[in-house]
Amino acid sequence: MPLRRKKAPAPEQVGPKPKGTGKITTRPGSRHAAVLGVGAYRPRRVVDNHEICEVLDSTDEWIRERSGIITRHFAGEGESVIDMAEAAAKGAIEMAGIAPEQIGCVIVATVTHPYQTPAAGPLLAVRIGADGAAAFDISAACAGYCHGVALASDMVRGGTTEYALVVGVERLSDFTDPTDRGTAFIFADGAGAAVIGPSETEGIGPTIWGSDGSQWDVIAQRDSWLEVRDQDLGWPAIVMQGQTVFRWAVWGMAPVAKRALDAAGVKIEDLDAFIPHQANMRIIDAMAKQLKLPEDVVIARDIATTGNTSAASVPLATERLIREGLAPRGGLALQLGFGAGLSYAAQVIRLP
Amino acid sequence: MAMTEQEILAGLAEIVNEETGLDAESVQLDKSFTDDLDIDSLSMMTIVVNAEDRFGVRIPDEEVKNLATVGDAVSYIAANQDA
Repeated sequence: MPLRRKKAPAPEQVGPKPKGTGKITTRPGSRHAAVLGVGAYRPRRVVDNHEICEVLDSTDEWIRERSGIITRHFAGEGESVIDMAEAAAKGAIEMAGIAPEQIGCVIVATVTHPYQTPAAGPLLAVRIGADGAAAFDISAACAGYCHGVALASDMVRGGTTEYALVVGVERLSDFTDPTDRGTAFIFADGAGAAVIGPSETEGIGPTIWGSDGSQWDVIAQRDSWLEVRDQDLGWPAIVMQGQTVFRWAVWGMAPVAKRALDAAGVKIEDLDAFIPHQANMRIIDAMAKQLKLPEDVVIARDIATTGNTSAASVPLATERLIREGLAPRGGLALQLGFGAGLSYAAQVIRLP
Repeated sequence: MAMTEQEILAGLAEIVNEETGLDAESVQLDKSFTDDLDIDSLSMMTIVVNAEDRFGVRIPDEEVKNLATVGDAVSYIAANQDA
């Protein structure tokens, strides 16, 4: 039933009356949008569990059991979020087969760009040759990339831009306490990117998204910048309540995945791939079990050698599935991002 | 109808077996989940959620850390079932 509101009395007109001579027109967008290309960048430096345990009080076996992570990549000295984003973006643009100057909007999903301002987006736009494009960052942590895909697909369909670049990039090694047994072996660095543009048929289903701010502290930077400054607290790493996240991710996100399938009109057995945020192999396995995924649906397990790269994990995993021929190009994939803020976003996409 | 502690223990043993493969017989009231049964925090959470479903209880995250032994879990479930 539509919401009925009592009509408020018209306010008394003060000041000048509208001219009433102009009429706003809109710019039609493409009827359909799709992911046209993906790209990835994994830093050269590979860090195994033994190296992690030089500082962390743990073992290779313990880490593998609890996370499924064998190795991860850490960015090199001076290798910035923007450097990594640039490398991933170039791969995505190349696969999409467009010229960089056709990109009208650059969206960077990150929580580890170390400048409060300006955003990483504008400099990235210049670096890739999309000079003058609209460019900004979004902060939705591990769900950031899927939020970006939601925005970009709506922009393409809404006529705000013809092509958009969405990048998920993190340098989490800068924001991780290497002695924290809850996070030190999980977080890693990398970048993944996608070009979203017009399409003859629909390539991006409706986004199911949301957040739970009542659990704001479950994954969080330990102290605010102001507390760090005023209380001399030292570097504020990201901390996480693993058990709570595990419960929310597995039992909270499986219904979100189902809703994204329903919204797209796609059945679970129609899927070629399932690409959840690479949070932890145990979450991925438990989620697949909850979803009762058919055996022929490929599950992204990039975490084993990439770690948890937050906003970068979904596009990194997607690029690997395509590059290694594990999932078919043109196939249907369900992607699902979830993380800090207990923010989440999911959509069915057609693989480029 | 409320279940007896014996029935809860039997049900819990089945849940533990399903998650870990541990013999249901080894799930006894005096056993510690971590030290005796070698159940880690994520498996514990899976057991907790399955126990919630099976016994109709709500076990909040902050309560889970108080459930050190199988007996603690059985008592908690018995006291809170169908609440």
